[in-house]
Amino acid sequence: MTSETVNTPQRRRRLPSMSVLGPIIALLVLIAIGAFLNPNFLGAGNITNVLARSAFIGIIAVGMTFVITAGGLDLSVGSMAAFIAGLMILVMNAALPTLGVGVPIILLGMAVALVAGLLAGLLNGFLITTLGIEAFIVTLGTMGIYRSLVTWLADGGTLSLDFGLRTFYRPVYFDGILGISWPIIVFALVVVIGEVIMSRARFGRHCAATGSSEHVAHYSNVNVGRTRLATYAMLGVLVGVATIMYVPRLGSASASTGVLWELEAIAAVIIGGTVLKGGFGRVWGTVIGVLILSLIDNILNLTDLVSPYLNGAIQGVIIILAVILQREAKAKG
Amino acid sequence: MSDTPVLSLRDVHKSFGPVEVLHGVDLDIRAGEVLALIGENGAGKSTAMKCLAGYQPVTSGRILLEGRAVTFASLHEGEAAGIVLIHQEFNLAEQLTVEQNIFLGRELRRGLLLDKPEMRRRSREYLARVKCRVDPDTPVSELSNSDKQMVEIAKALGRNARVLIMDEPTAVLTNAEAAVLFEQVEALRASGTAIVFTSHKLGEVKQIADRVSVMRDGAVVHTGQVAEMSEDQMATAMVGRDVSDLYPAKAKVSADAPVMLRVEGLDVPGHARSLSFDLRQGEILGIAGLVGSGRTEAMEGLCGLRPASAARIEIGGERVQIRRPSDALRHRLCYLTEDRKLRGLLLDKGMRENLTLQALRKFGGVLIDRQAEEAALSRAIGDFDIRAGRRDVRVGNLSGGNQQKLLLAKVMQSDPEILIVDEPTRGIDIGTKQQIYAFLSQLAASGHGIIVISSEMQEIIGLATRVLVMRQGRIAGEVAGEAITEEAIVRHAMGVGADPSERAA
Repeated sequence: MTSETVNTPQRRRRLPSMSVLGPIIALLVLIAIGAFLNPNFLGAGNITNVLARSAFIGIIAVGMTFVITAGGLDLSVGSMAAFIAGLMILVMNAALPTLGVGVPIILLGMAVALVAGLLAGLLNGFLITTLGIEAFIVTLGTMGIYRSLVTWLADGGTLSLDFGLRTFYRPVYFDGILGISWPIIVFALVVVIGEVIMSRARFGRHCAATGSSEHVAHYSNVNVGRTRLATYAMLGVLVGVATIMYVPRLGSASASTGVLWELEAIAAVIIGGTVLKGGFGRVWGTVIGVLILSLIDNILNLTDLVSPYLNGAIQGVIIILAVILQREAKAKG
Repeated sequence: MSDTPVLSLRDVHKSFGPVEVLHGVDLDIRAGEVLALIGENGAGKSTAMKCLAGYQPVTSGRILLEGRAVTFASLHEGEAAGIVLIHQEFNLAEQLTVEQNIFLGRELRRGLLLDKPEMRRRSREYLARVKCRVDPDTPVSELSNSDKQMVEIAKALGRNARVLIMDEPTAVLTNAEAAVLFEQVEALRASGTAIVFTSHKLGEVKQIADRVSVMRDGAVVHTGQVAEMSEDQMATAMVGRDVSDLYPAKAKVSADAPVMLRVEGLDVPGHARSLSFDLRQGEILGIAGLVGSGRTEAMEGLCGLRPASAARIEIGGERVQIRRPSDALRHRLCYLTEDRKLRGLLLDKGMRENLTLQALRKFGGVLIDRQAEEAALSRAIGDFDIRAGRRDVRVGNLSGGNQQKLLLAKVMQSDPEILIVDEPTRGIDIGTKQQIYAFLSQLAASGHGIIVISSEMQEIIGLATRVLVMRQGRIAGEVAGEAITEEAIVRHAMGVGADPSERAA
């Protein structure tokens, strides 16, 4: 009976659901509002600025997409970025007398950031998977630890990169290829690779299965612990990558570096349609989420409708709204 | 007992969106009578019951309460009219006590405060009426499934149920627990309550129902006195074709067929101790025993799904170590779980993702080959006769039988040589059962080794060429060939002949 009708793989093209269209429409509306309010909004300068600023959160949010898809959460990314930035600056300043200003010392700094990110991610992952502690508690704890460590390293003040080094390192944030700055290029690369892994690779499928049902994944030969651990490690490395891009921008780190980045990253992921409880993730959606958040910030800065100081409040409202919309969609579907 | 039915459905149609699932159903429920509603999965039994209880509004047609047409706007109105529906998955708050559950939503009060003594007294009375000996202060989470069922019934008594509707009440109960339930059903019937229940077990329909209504494809195809129908006739009416040969003929396994799997001294801490057995090529080995005898845990331990140790495991004559599920799969040893919803399938995902999850490596190295997956799905839909409205349907929306067929197809993606199936037909209809039995039999005939764990005695007897009976984590006995009888299995399972005090426990 029905088995015959379903047995031919038909290319079905139904209208995309609201969960797909919603974020895109929101983004387009924001662009229209921005263009209407300020003629400079669509200028090359502003677009580059918005994209470059989105890159830090964006790179982290791509990693966060995997963590949340696999049923986890990481609140520590903002503090982790600040700590890695501080560590990187300390190591580079310390190595300055021996290595001098040049490419090797930059590479050293980058290596420190990547390794520190990897270790921090592995630590979170180890505590969560091997010791079986709630992700919320573990990363709330490490969030406090890293924040306090960077404050301590800076002795309550600011850690600054040596002036000569700073001048040498600046191009990593401000230069690029064909007028596209490095953070944007790196962000784009991370997104493309992330999207392919999420939608096409075995690892992405394993993340979704783990987040959807840990038991089913275990009984289906998915190594649940290792999959989760890998998502946290990957997020740690991406926090390192974001920090590498961030340090040359200001050349300093302090207790206020990366504050609320975790909120922005998680908000971007959820706005993008990834399910907070895990089981379904969408990297390209996260990109749209990041752009939406950056544009709101940008519009607040370019116009004087609402104080830019209220940006955090707006992000908080958006993340709660996004979850409510997700729930409604689920109830209907 | 009056002749007017307490509750009736007249020409009831029910549609979900564009799909009509009930096509003109007529049902009569009489006081002091037990009506069994039987039919294959997806025949519309649950929907009909939900319409009866006011849980779902009918699309057209009438519901008659003592001859008068009524419409229930909500479940509460149904309950107010004395109609109580007990879901298959219990509707109890696990963390609350038995007493709190019985009075949940209609707590008795004295002034502003709860009238605890009165609720306690009535709880005890209701529990006594269903001969359930649990303390009203016990949290529901600590109760056995049968006690939970009794608490549900006690709760229904507290609501003065005139009509009690139960959706597969025995699906989660052991035979002994079901027997207790049936006693209470008898008592309720004697006190004039009208009872409706669904079941896939025709034996129990025969045992406790007075009348039976058979549903097929959204319509009632037969209603009659149970005494006038044999189980075979019921099954035939359900399926619409003859199912008297439910089990395929057993193949002969020669005594010198090669040993595919040899297990020596398998220990699963807390569940099974020093199990040793062989499985020969072409054999269907049954594992029987009471629920809780360690059958499932032992096989999960063997497949690396839970911590276990063994003195020696040989597959195909070679010694192997199995520490994690991937080791078992590499040696082409596969386990099909008894719990398809919690451990078998990702209910929120589609059929394709579920089908290939366990054998994902087969569908590409790092990146997955979608086309190969689609092709595998098309093959599985054909081979296993999976009936889904759409290819991209959420697996949670498939009927139980189709979920089970998909789960079987999923496990078969790993190309097992040795297949362990745990309760392969739990909660599915007889037509699908027949298909699964035929599949297992063919698989054995084509040179695979199969282990079947089942609580359904008939299934073990009908399928297995040899049966191991487990009791308290050990193999209590083995029967083969003609000696496989219900009595022989039960004797081993209960440990008859062992220490009498142990038997009583």
